[in-house]
Amino acid sequence: MKIFQRLVPWILLAIALFILPAALDDFRLNLFGRYFSLAITALAIDLIWGYTGLLSLGQGIFFALGGYAVAMYLMLNTKSLAGGNGIPKFFENYGVDQLPFFWQPFWSPVFTLIALWVIPAVVAGLVGWLIFRNRIKGVYFSIITQAALMVFFHFFNGQQKLFDGTNGLKTSTSELFGQLVGSPDMQVWFYRLTVVLLPLAFLVCRYFTSGRFGDALIAIRDDESRLRFAGFNPVPFKTIVFLVAGALCGISGALYTVQSGIVSPQYMSISFSIEMVIWVAVGGRGTLVGPIIGATVVNYLRSLVSEALPEAWLFVQGALFIFVVVLMPDGIYGWITKGGFRTFLAAFGIAKPAKTYPKLDKEAVPVD
Amino acid sequence: MSEPLLELNDVSVSFDGFYALTDLSLKLYKGELKSIIGPNGAGKTTFLDVITGKVRPTKGSVSFKGKSLLGVSEQQISRNGIGRKFQTPRVFENLTVLRNLELSASPVKNAFSLLGSGLPQSSKDEVHRIMNYVGLAPFATVKAGSLSHGQKQWLAIASLVAQAPEVLLLDEPVAGLTDEETLRTAELIKSLAGDHTVVVIEHDMEFIRDLGFDVTVLHQGQVLTEGPLEKVKADPRVIEVYLGPPEH
Repeated sequence: MKIFQRLVPWILLAIALFILPAALDDFRLNLFGRYFSLAITALAIDLIWGYTGLLSLGQGIFFALGGYAVAMYLMLNTKSLAGGNGIPKFFENYGVDQLPFFWQPFWSPVFTLIALWVIPAVVAGLVGWLIFRNRIKGVYFSIITQAALMVFFHFFNGQQKLFDGTNGLKTSTSELFGQLVGSPDMQVWFYRLTVVLLPLAFLVCRYFTSGRFGDALIAIRDDESRLRFAGFNPVPFKTIVFLVAGALCGISGALYTVQSGIVSPQYMSISFSIEMVIWVAVGGRGTLVGPIIGATVVNYLRSLVSEALPEAWLFVQGALFIFVVVLMPDGIYGWITKGGFRTFLAAFGIAKPAKTYPKLDKEAVPVD
Repeated sequence: MSEPLLELNDVSVSFDGFYALTDLSLKLYKGELKSIIGPNGAGKTTFLDVITGKVRPTKGSVSFKGKSLLGVSEQQISRNGIGRKFQTPRVFENLTVLRNLELSASPVKNAFSLLGSGLPQSSKDEVHRIMNYVGLAPFATVKAGSLSHGQKQWLAIASLVAQAPEVLLLDEPVAGLTDEETLRTAELIKSLAGDHTVVVIEHDMEFIRDLGFDVTVLHQGQVLTEGPLEKVKADPRVIEVYLGPPEH
């Protein structure tokens, strides 16, 4: 049994890498690739919310920054998308004939691969440090992150001359290694990349949440000011995890962008960042498996419901969230691990009786 | 006498015009054991808040080993060697008893050094010694949140001891404990006394008698009187403060 438990992650990985690509058609496989890339964001939110108690409603910022980084590289390096003067065509619509300066480094693939997680990390670290050192906590932290999200949204939405504004940057028609990014072959490779990166993100989160650093995070969640009186300064702890979460969201956003074919300011909409939090709540916060389950299940459900009843999804999502908060406060994973299934069966009278005091039962046999 | 370890000089704390402490002056010497009593609202907890950096005094000075504590952060004061147990037992509910103690006992408090290194063996031994001493060893792997109130009080005191401060400030260590637990807590605190400076804030007179420390009575943010318990109890001003003015 124990060997089996140790093998479970490898079995799941093997299924995701070999069985799913064989069993699913290109369209479905691409959808699973998207779910798994969103699961990295869910892990990041779990790191800061589930473990450290920082409910950020602004992770969309970092998600979109990662997406924009990769999209800018793809736009620049695709000849078919270039206009007369060698820069992306959309600039012509707004009469821009000079590439904005910050686009310049994105000619380089190496720079892009680093920037797509370093830029979100630096932004997160800076924003986080300013918030945490001023001892802004709880609801105020959530409000500030949401306000920051709105600032970024309006900036990207309004700047046609810099980012093509509300249209976003389309990556599906761009080229990489001489192939169309939107082509099925390319998409399978992005799927595989996602399946490899998701466990790595899991390991990163486990590194930060286990051991004494992880204990300090839980202590911050439980009673931050008490931790100060034990001689710890919570600010560096919170800044580090917020920065790491920002980097993970950037990677997640980049993977999602190449698989969905576009990055737009909609990735920084308020509702999308709240949905991210819902995935974690549904899957089970405070565990590292929960957010992966949550992101996959909720988004898969979204695809199914949207295909059958396009208007119904938002109602289903709302109902799901209420259902989980009221009946499964520990999420799906917490419900399963804490014996929720047994309780469920017991409610219908079909669970095996629990062995509470076997010794008592034996001794309760009449003496004579 | 030598230099006081901790010194409060003319400290006043005002919350929107209400004075919780008024011109309080108090000295604490190394190895000194002190009980502080006083009716509700006398400023006992505010007194600890001022020392530990939670509240900044409106006026006056606080110094530890000759250095001012004004404007120093809570964590720095704690690292300097002043530890505090809160009125309600504050423990990290989602960590096990062992991990609660290990976190407090950690000699390094820096985020980056916590990432790589484990706890040194000497600290581990110390944690086990304390855990055995307070009788929490059987609960080492139990989450602190599921302990009883009394056990949480003990865990809070044990965490404080694990921190190895020079000055221990205990805010109502026996609130909500049974008589037997109270007796054991008194023994525990007395056993610490040798190498520590201890300040205990309490309501429970029995407990203060068990401790046998000198008593300081606070009233309306000021020191009313000081001395051994029996002398203090006989003081008509103390009786008046506790029981109201004598009726004629």
